[in-house]
This record gives sequence, C-alpha cells and structure tokens, in this order.
Amino acid sequence: MISKHLQSFMRIGMSALFASAVLGFSAGSVMAEKVLRVAPHADLKNLDPIWTTAYITRNHGYMVYDTLIAMDADLNPQPQMLEGWDVSDDGLTYVFTLRDGLKWHDGAPVTSIDCIASIMRWSKRDGMGQKLADFTKSLTRVDDKTFKLVLNKPYGLVLASLGKISSNVPFMMPVRLAMMDAFEAVPEVVGSGPFIFDKDAWVPGAKVVYRKNTAYVPRSEPASYASGGKRVHVDTVEWIYIPDAATTMNALVAGEIDFWESPAVDLVPSMEDNADITIKVIDPLGTQGWLRPNHLNPPFDNPKARQALLHMVNQEDYLRAIIGDEKFWSTCPAYFMCGTPLDTDIGSEALVNQDLEKAKALLKEGGYNGETLILMDPTDIPVLHGASLVTAQMLRDIGAKVEVQAMDWSTLTSRRAEKKSIADGGWNIFHTYSTGADVSSPIANIGISGGCVEKAWFGWPCDRDGPDSLEGLRDAFSEESDPAKQKAIATKLQARAYEVVPYVNYGQWFQPTAYRSSLKGVLISPVPFFWNIELN
Amino acid sequence: MFAYVIRRILATIPVMGVVAIFVFLLLHLTPGDPAAVIAGDYASPADVERIRETLGLNRPLHIQFFTWAGRLFQGDLGISIFSKVPVIKLIGQRIEPTLALATTTIFFAVLVAVPLGVLAAWKSGTWIDRSVMIFAVLGFSVPIFIIAYSMIWTLSIHLHWFPVQGYKSFLIQTGTGIDGAAIIGIGFEGVCRDSGRSGCGLVPFFRHITLPSVALGLVYVALIARITRASVMEVLTEDYIRTAHAKGLSSRVVLIRHALKNASVPIVTVIGIGIALLLGGVVVTESVFNIPGLGRLTVDAILHRDYPIIQGLILIFAGVYVLINLLVDISYTFLDPRIRY
Repeated sequence: MISKHLQSFMRIGMSALFASAVLGFSAGSVMAEKVLRVAPHADLKNLDPIWTTAYITRNHGYMVYDTLIAMDADLNPQPQMLEGWDVSDDGLTYVFTLRDGLKWHDGAPVTSIDCIASIMRWSKRDGMGQKLADFTKSLTRVDDKTFKLVLNKPYGLVLASLGKISSNVPFMMPVRLAMMDAFEAVPEVVGSGPFIFDKDAWVPGAKVVYRKNTAYVPRSEPASYASGGKRVHVDTVEWIYIPDAATTMNALVAGEIDFWESPAVDLVPSMEDNADITIKVIDPLGTQGWLRPNHLNPPFDNPKARQALLHMVNQEDYLRAIIGDEKFWSTCPAYFMCGTPLDTDIGSEALVNQDLEKAKALLKEGGYNGETLILMDPTDIPVLHGASLVTAQMLRDIGAKVEVQAMDWSTLTSRRAEKKSIADGGWNIFHTYSTGADVSSPIANIGISGGCVEKAWFGWPCDRDGPDSLEGLRDAFSEESDPAKQKAIATKLQARAYEVVPYVNYGQWFQPTAYRSSLKGVLISPVPFFWNIELN
Repeated sequence: MFAYVIRRILATIPVMGVVAIFVFLLLHLTPGDPAAVIAGDYASPADVERIRETLGLNRPLHIQFFTWAGRLFQGDLGISIFSKVPVIKLIGQRIEPTLALATTTIFFAVLVAVPLGVLAAWKSGTWIDRSVMIFAVLGFSVPIFIIAYSMIWTLSIHLHWFPVQGYKSFLIQTGTGIDGAAIIGIGFEGVCRDSGRSGCGLVPFFRHITLPSVALGLVYVALIARITRASVMEVLTEDYIRTAHAKGLSSRVVLIRHALKNASVPIVTVIGIGIALLLGGVVVTESVFNIPGLGRLTVDAILHRDYPIIQGLILIFAGVYVLINLLVDISYTFLDPRIRY
C-alpha cells in the first residue's frame, strides 16, 4: 500500500518537475532581458539620500531621482530638470523653469511645488543647503512649471548648490515625501530619474534591483558628469553586494558580474592582463586623505603642535602604505584637490618638505610634555588602518608617546563625537578620507570649517573671528560669484588653513574601477552612473 | 516522554529571557552608534544627535528594553534601524539560503564521514585507517576560506564547472492561481519566485550550493569521521560482536546492524553539535561564496549596530540551539532502548 502511494507520488512529482523544466526553458527563451550586474562599493542600507550622506545612498539617489541642475565635466552647473533660469541684474532673484515631460514614477507630473518642498527639506540637512537657506528671503511658486528664489543679499553659489554633485545631493521628490521631517527617512522611493527602484526585489545586504524608467525623457545633450542626457540602454541594473573582494574579482573574471565599482587596489594586478577586463580610473577628481587632530585636547589645541604634524607627514609614505601602485596616487598639497579650478600649492612648504627635527621642536613648543596621545585606528577599513599605523610610527619618530586604539569604524564614529578630555576617554587623532567631489569647494569641504564646537565637524577647529579667519574667508567665498575672485579667496583660505591646520592632507589617490571589456559607454565622473552604458 | 518534552520546551522560556536581557545590555553598552553610521561621515554632530533622538536611542536604557520586550511578546521583532524593513521580513529573506546550506552540508558530511569512520575502524591500523585519519586532521586544520578559494580557483575559474558565487532558490513559479498570485513549487529549472526571471530550480540550486557545502562540510566530515571511528572501534571489542561473527553473519551485517547502531549515540551527539556549530560556520562560507544568508545578515548588523536585527537573530539562534539539543536527546531513546525519560 505504502509502496503504491509512493510510486504514485513520485509519478506526479516527476511530471511536475518535467513540466516545470519545460515551462522554465520556455520562459527563459522568451525573456531576453538586458541586465547590467554591478558590484557596488557598499551595501545600500538607507534609501533616503537626504537622510544620510552615505555615498552608496547618494549613488542610489542618482538612479531614481533627478536634480534641477547638474555639474558637467568642467564643474559648471547645467540645467537638468530645468529648461533654464533667469537671474535679475542685481543677482537677488532667480526664476527657474521646469522642462517638459517630467513625471514621477507613479505617473504624476513634476511641479514647482514638489521642487520647492524638496529644496527646503534638503537645505535642513546639507551644509551648502543651509548656507543657501541663510541667504534666502523667499522661495515661491509662480506656476506649475516655474518658481522663484529671492535672496536677501547676493550669493555666488546658488547654482553650484542646486547642482551639488555629492552628498547631500539636492534630489527632487514629490511634495508628499519632501514635506516629511528631514531627520526621518522617507517611507517610499518615488523619483523622476532614469531608473525605478524595485522594492519587492530589494534584499538589504545582498541585492538592489532597478528597472528602466520607460517614461523618462532624457535631455538631448551628451552625458557629462551628472549633466546631459541620461540614456538608459539596459532593462535592469542589479547591484549585487559582495562583501569579499577576492570573490568579487573571481565573479568579474567569470563573467558573473559586469562592473566592480571599487576593486581592492592590491587585486588590480591580477586582472590587468585579462583582456576581458578593463581597469580604469573613472573618478578624475580622486580622494583626499585626512589626518584629523582634536582641536579641543592638548597638545593639538595649540596651532604649533598641529603645525608639527605638517612637518611630520610625508605623503609618499602614506600613499605607498595604503595604495601601493604609483599609477593610482599622487602627492598633492592643495586643500581643494589637485586638478580642480581651486588647485594651488600656497602655504604648503611645511607639508611638502618633511622635517622631523622641526616637527619635534614645534610639538614641544606646542606644549607637548610626553603625555600619551590617543590615536583611534579603524581596523576594518584597510586604508585608514594603514594611515593610522604610519602616523603612529611618525609620531614616535618625533618623540611622542602614542596609544593606538584599535576599533571598528562604527565605534570610531561614536567615539569621535566625544568632546571629553583624554583622562575621561577623549581622543587626539583619527583618520578619514573624502572624495574630490566633496572637498573641491570651500563650502562643501566640511573639514576646513573653523566653526568651533557649535558648527565645525568632529575635531572642532575654531577660527571664525574676522574676515581673514577660516570662516570669514568661507563666507567671502560664498558671497562671490566671479570665478577669478573666488579663486583668489580660496587661495587665501588655503594659506590660512596651513597656519591653523584644521586637518593634514596625507595625499590624493584615484580609485580604479574594473568592468567587463564588453561594456561600452562607461562615463567618466566622480560618481558612478549607470546610464549611457551598453552591454555587448 | 511527552511530559519530558513539554518540560524541556517550557525550560526554553527562561533561557530565552536571559539571552534577551544579556544581548540587549551587551549591545547597548558596547561602543558604537547607529545614528552616526546613518548620518554618514560628513554629517555634523548636531545632525547625528537629532537622528539619535528620532530613533529613540537617547531614551533611558530600561525604557528601550521594555519597549522592545513588549513588542517581542506580540511576536514583533522590530524594524531595522537602517533599512526600515521589519526584522522578521529580513530574516525571512535570508533563512532559505542558510537552511539550504546547513542541510546540504550536514547531508554531505554525514554521507561521507560515517562510511569513512566505519571503514577506518574496520581496517584499523592499516593504510586505509591512516589515510582517513590524515584526511580528518587536514579537514580540521585547513581553514574554510583556504578550501573555498582553492575550490573556486580550480572548479569555477579554470574548469567552469560551478559558478563562483551567489545562491539560487530551488523554488520556482509553477503557475498562476485564480487570484493572479504565483504558485510556488519545486522544479528542475524555471522562473524565480522573487525576481520573476529565469534561473531558479533544482539544477541551478545544486550548481550554486555544491561548492559551499563541500567547503563547509569538510571540517564536519573530519569531526564526524573521527568520532565514528572511535565509537565503532570501541563497540567492535564487545562480546556481542564476537557472538555475531560466531553466528556466521557477514562483516557488512555485523558492522552496520550491530556495531554502527550501538555506536550511534555519540555519533548523533556530535552531528547535533555540528548542526549547532554550523550556524557559526556559515558566516565565513556565506561571505566567501556571497550567499545572502543569516550569517552575513548577522555580521552586517553587528558592524552597523543595527540592534533590532542582532537581537532578533540571536534569539532565533538561541532557540535553534535549544531545539537541536532537544531533538538529539529525544533521538537517544530510539537509538538506545536503555535510555528513557
């Protein structure tokens, strides 16, 4: 009896298997979907690019949202969602007009009210947005496609702010989402960008799926950085988060993924000879390393001790330790990155000529009395771990006593917020890095702010009194619209920064990207974009 | 027996309670701030503080605990601080790959290890025995990631027999119901139930799960083979084995019916421990083979201090440990008639 039942069950089971195999084959034959498989640099955990400054969420933002204005390859603002803008002769009134054919992913048209609400939400979270809000007298709707910004005094960075390329990017959202608290994440992802987020297919920690937005109308101009026509040549883009670098490399070599955003530099030589793989630096601005002293605790509350760090650092030592291959780094004394419009070497003599004796003397002059310096070392981020070890050794070389405290990055982000003295668990130094897109403007570069405990970034440099202070010069820069005059102010700002030393720049490097050579149209840009790419 | 099982199940409640309190306190007293991670590296201190406030992370610890425990009693494990996705949904998305990996690994380990162990005991002192024991020592000594990368390099990159990474479900869409919803079943190859694209089913499943199972299973093969060998060798010296031989039974029957059955209690114990240990072992394997399972979810949540996910996962892991121990204890009564509860 049992045997009969079993036989019958097996017959049914095998029939079902056969039928599904046939069905599966048919389905597979019909669906010739073009899928671009990307291994991103991190897992997408938050979906709201205004709520967080995380780069992975910024990149997600570019997939699903659009911006009013976008930067081109010369870092000039170009209309993106806008048809254009008019500026009054006194520079106080901007009238923005939306272009035709803009629609949200739910089919509703994009209106000026949506844009006003989005700008207001963004300006509560972003540094450049807050600055713009300080200068704003009113932001009002003219009609469904037009809105007007009136300033209380001239501000030179209106277009640069609305076209900001990196976090937080002023992405446009429907008014119902943009009216939400800027400190809470929006509950749904509805943009007007070239891709639609597939929420059902999202597996946090593993996979993100974007479908082509067939209703999107790209601009006619060629794509250039974030500006121009966002033409999508694939049906789907999948972000497959692979935490292990060796596995990602193997997957790329085997053709299981098409694009690896940030390959580990030590694995690049293993792929360079493979004709199926292209290795290319697609971010021309690069990344800048920061050694951040705590300006509240001795000895780095004294500018002499901070200047000692300038004489101590040799950028080449850091870059060889953390990046290695010379193709991917260059020494650079510019606070606003080398190769950008504000590039200058003024004031950098101490940084470019390492002098350990001078550093030792300055540290002593700065009040250092042999106390133990606390250096926080995030061991889970190889670049920062390497930089921490180099700094620790150099500090010992100039006679300092150093305690390297190993921790993960998450712990460091909470420890660095502590303003306590060393005896109570405070800190002296940590390292981080920032991309050129975030550093190349004195206003976007938060590391250079001298806003003290109230406004400055962690480490709290304080230099805000008078027009020649860090804050005074940043204000002057923001009020100026003439590029030549802006450059002159930025040059003075850098000279001042080399006196005050808000942070020490330990070098500039260029993260390569690896992708299958069959991909065409990969864009050069500080942010990886997935429009314009064709699968062959 | 029934009363014993009920008692053991009831005993899990205080165990889970202690685990819950311990994990909650440990997590919240450990340095690290999810608000700082959410805000990102370039957020201002004021922004971080504001996010902490909206997440309720600045409330007193006991209030946070009772809020969480209250939800837990209603079967709600909470919502991820980062993705805002319910923890139960996140675990649901990840449980199939981990269960599949654990099951195939244990099947592979038992199917290989028990015959090897019995063979080694039977041929004790010969080259066969020594070869099995050398293999067992190697299985213990070589880290999983070395085995895994070696297998990927040879079998995936060079021979193209298996994919490098990823997981494919054995479940496929077999049809559509009258309400329009997909009917899910098992088939050789077909459309995935989540993505709606082809590439799922038993064939892709086994292509993707074979290497991870073998890589992870080798250490358990070593463990189980050693215990099997030792247990069977001990049993083979018993009088009843000599009697069985004297009765004229073949060696195969003596080994399987008499020796292996009587040696099975320690073997089952070590298999049970192995299943529990697998939960830890899958973390490395899931990372190397990029399998989106519970192990990776745990590591990611710890690194980002996503408290609700960590708490939910540890409670589930603790429950699984308790359940496996209970099943092992119950299995003794079937294997050894002298054991009664």
